[in-house]
Amino acid sequence: MIIILVSLLFAALLGAILALVIGVAAKAFAVESDPRIETVTDMLPGANCGGCGYAGCADFAKAIVEGAVPPNDCPVASAEDAVRVADYLGITAEEKEKMIAVVKCSGGISDTVRSPYNGVEDCRSAVLVAGGSKGCDYGCIGFASCARACPFDAIEIRDGLAVVHPDLCVGCGKCVDVCPKDLIVLTPAAVDVHVYCNSPEKGAAKRKVCKTACIGCRKCVKAADSEDQMLIDGFLIATNYDNPPLPDLVEKAACPTTALRLATQHAAGDTEGVSK
Amino acid sequence: MSEETTPAIQLPDPTKLVISNSPHIRGGESISKIMVHVLVALAPAVAAALWFFGLAALQVMVLCTVGCVAVEEIWNKCAKRAPTWKDGSAALTGLLLAMNLSAGAPWWICILGALLAIGLGKQIFGGLGFNPFNPALVARVALLIGFPSLMTSWVVPQAGKFMACDVLTGATPLGASGAAVATIHDLFMGNVGGCLGETSALALVIGGVYLLIKKLIKWQVPVAFIGTVAIISGIVHYFTGMTPTPLYHILAGGLLIGAFFMATDMVTSPMTANGALIFGFGCGLITSVIRIWGGYPEGVSFAILFMNALTPLIDRSTIGKPFGYIRVKAEK
Amino acid sequence: MIKKITKRKKVISHKTSIIEETIEISPSTSEKIKDGVPASAPEKSNISVISRGKPRKFKGGVHPNDSKALSAASPVQDAPLLDKYRVIVHQNIGAPPEVLVKKGDEVKKGALLAKASGFVSASLHAPTSGTVTAIDKCDGPTGIRVAAIEITADGEDEWGSPFEPIADWQNAEAADLKQRVSDAGVVGMGGAGFPSHVKLSPPPAKPIDTLILNGAECEPYLTADHRLMLEQAEEVVAGAAIFARILGLKSAVIGVENNKPDAIEALKKASAKTNVTVQGLAVNYPQGAEKQLIYALTGREVPIGGLPMDVGCVVQNVASAAAVNDAVVKGHPSIERITTVTGEPLVNPGNWRFRLGTPISKSIELAGGVKYQPAKLLLGGPMMGFAQSSLDVTVMKNTSGILLIPAEQVSQYTSDPCIRCGKCVSCCPMGILPATISQAVENERFDMAAQLNVLACIECGSCSYICPSHRPLNQHFKRAKSEIMAARKKEQKK
Repeated sequence: MIIILVSLLFAALLGAILALVIGVAAKAFAVESDPRIETVTDMLPGANCGGCGYAGCADFAKAIVEGAVPPNDCPVASAEDAVRVADYLGITAEEKEKMIAVVKCSGGISDTVRSPYNGVEDCRSAVLVAGGSKGCDYGCIGFASCARACPFDAIEIRDGLAVVHPDLCVGCGKCVDVCPKDLIVLTPAAVDVHVYCNSPEKGAAKRKVCKTACIGCRKCVKAADSEDQMLIDGFLIATNYDNPPLPDLVEKAACPTTALRLATQHAAGDTEGVSK
Repeated sequence: MSEETTPAIQLPDPTKLVISNSPHIRGGESISKIMVHVLVALAPAVAAALWFFGLAALQVMVLCTVGCVAVEEIWNKCAKRAPTWKDGSAALTGLLLAMNLSAGAPWWICILGALLAIGLGKQIFGGLGFNPFNPALVARVALLIGFPSLMTSWVVPQAGKFMACDVLTGATPLGASGAAVATIHDLFMGNVGGCLGETSALALVIGGVYLLIKKLIKWQVPVAFIGTVAIISGIVHYFTGMTPTPLYHILAGGLLIGAFFMATDMVTSPMTANGALIFGFGCGLITSVIRIWGGYPEGVSFAILFMNALTPLIDRSTIGKPFGYIRVKAEK
Repeated sequence: MIKKITKRKKVISHKTSIIEETIEISPSTSEKIKDGVPASAPEKSNISVISRGKPRKFKGGVHPNDSKALSAASPVQDAPLLDKYRVIVHQNIGAPPEVLVKKGDEVKKGALLAKASGFVSASLHAPTSGTVTAIDKCDGPTGIRVAAIEITADGEDEWGSPFEPIADWQNAEAADLKQRVSDAGVVGMGGAGFPSHVKLSPPPAKPIDTLILNGAECEPYLTADHRLMLEQAEEVVAGAAIFARILGLKSAVIGVENNKPDAIEALKKASAKTNVTVQGLAVNYPQGAEKQLIYALTGREVPIGGLPMDVGCVVQNVASAAAVNDAVVKGHPSIERITTVTGEPLVNPGNWRFRLGTPISKSIELAGGVKYQPAKLLLGGPMMGFAQSSLDVTVMKNTSGILLIPAEQVSQYTSDPCIRCGKCVSCCPMGILPATISQAVENERFDMAAQLNVLACIECGSCSYICPSHRPLNQHFKRAKSEIMAARKKEQKK
């Protein structure tokens, strides 16, 4: 009986001493930090995606408090979040345009000429082997390096082609860094019309390896409201994101290869609505 | 009059040409081939076990082997992975587990052993290639600690009596007393008690030599392992006499099967030649210490598991310098 | 030759000391070597480089099936003249040459099509006389489309070389001979395509005392160099002598694997009265890899990240030697080469002399076509060559082989895990740990891969060949190297 009591007492005493030690250490070795950093960290979305360029939300919060970056550098945070942080810190927050990623390729397995490939199933490794198994040197390889890199699961691989879902994408830019063909670009979220092709080769050569390549026929350039809404670069056309065309251009232009698409339709897999 | 038509020259279809990184020819090696070779090397020992322990041995071997394959496939199914039984590693683990059990092991010990070996020893780490410990030894040691009296009661060998259904229990050469209880001849031919794999030294040596010729195991491991045990037991025997002769040590117990089949398991032993030497030496040292001064009569399983834990460290320290390493270095 | 290595501990300060190595190179000079670079010029000797009488064996290596019997006995045939040649512009390591011709130009055989742009570049010459009908993109050997000059032949095949033979080259100036090598557009024809004149211009800080000719041809299936050495031994030996004269050396050694005894005999006969020696080498892939070849013949190890000139050596392929002979003695630029067209699926495998710009489809036709569909079509050897997906790729200066691999022999890579068998470790000729590096790459730990010396890898493919799990090790290393180099470039830019 006495043994139990002694053990209990001993354990309790040990616990108390250790608790005291921890308490003293917490006070004596405490790191001085600005209390605002913790509050700002809580105000941020907390995805720790690294889209701001910092190592996580806490690091980004520290930078905001130090005044190195504006609060709306966070691509995930909504405009209201940014305004809240700015108000808390007593600084002004500017409006920042929301960007989303676009994979500038529309050539899935059923649309393109491909060779059977045997090796590491990762885009950055596959590109080292004959530039990837696709006939087109500039197109999407489809081994999902970008999908794996996306912290928000916004990229779907459909028929061997990477497709970004605009409603899920926050524009953090991780996919842009990972793509070995530099195929992904960040575009203003407000613009829905894109040319899903990246190859500068001659139109006829492109057509041989891909059914949905942009052949540079310029129908979309002519059908646009003004001349400079679509930019011409040889046999490759691209949307001018500074003066973008309206979404009805897709129907008006009647792109012969469906390279011209709406991002929302492309993500929904709805190329029926796009003219053939 | 026969007309000869010149056959049209056929060109390959470019759309069916496979692209990959070099090299483009294969070496003919495969995991299943390796496993088959090891099974062949085990065959003499299996035959010896069947000869000395009969049907009981067959039951243990079949239960363990089938059990291991079954556990692996059930696990794969539950984990939604592709089946892996074709590479033969589960079957080999099962057979090695059986060789580590006594002929009198009840059926539920075999099944439990299979669960421990494959489930706890291999699949939980990610499957083949990811396990840090030898799966068969994990099971054996777990069973030994969990069911000590059952796992240390051994069967007396009855040579040639294949259909004998009654198993008689008896002592093993490395008894608790530490003294020599069997003759060298008995040890060599296998007429001794113990687990299925601990009997015929001759059969095990034949298997070991086959593995060495086929270059499936690194010679450094068995040589260092057996050599160290021989040297240490030799020193202790000739100076104090508290342990049997080195030859007895080599032929008795699980040393031969341990040195040739268990310690040389590719996944859990070092990849470098020097590392293999250190590994073998460590195994031999610990085995000798446990056998001579330790509480257990047999130390091979513990020694191998201990050295398995040190394998990554050994690998890292024996990498060596690559070809063309620039020789001038600053020493502090 | 290395006579003696002595190590000495030199104390620099309280806690730091260096181990200095002194390597005696020749009987009368001894010099300090730091970082593999001799501090002063060694004496040029005309003693054979083999100090022990037989070559050393490098650690590791694999022994794939030779498969050379398919074409080893076939003498070299001249390919017939074609209607069109599509000459790829960038056929060398370094900058692509500047194209000088335009569509519609008429050229003679050997005329200059593109001029070397810069020092590390090689000129390009017309394979036959005719008209330039297009300068466009065509399928390239690495799978990416490349610029090519299409020439429609006029059938005359008239020579119009931009230079004359150098009579009495034995007494010509080394600088003139080197200029000729450069003008002729000679590149490393063993497969690398490095401009030869660059190798022949080592900086004064790296003195050369050994010239080695690479006749090992260690890759399976290839027999082009074998037939060259057998049928044109004198030209190879003359090429070696020209190289030696350019480098100011008095001797050279040709390394040939022992599976080509007839070639060794032929070369020995041709070099009997010269200072060129022939050395048989153990049959071990990759014996023909530069670093391993230098080690086998001289015992010197090229430092990691270094070049053969760091240990006083220059290595040239035997086909490059023959091309240099053509350039100097005959006044012909580099416009053709011997290529082995082989593989079990072919009807008549053999060796042909193709002009640059010959499409692969034509070469397979000459070999009688295929009996059945091959699994792969390769340019180069099976261990380090490039898999092709198009028959429109054309022969280049470094196309040593056109191989068709049947399905039974083709590699089949899987994503199976590493079983740590250690076979890759024991066969790696550079002494690194392929298994651990590939696991690091799979986990995107390129920093770990760099620590494990992945940059020392020569991509010989021995590890992937021997792996029982059929892991794509070579591809992992390629990826690791590209990521590490990209990261270093990024660091430098900062």
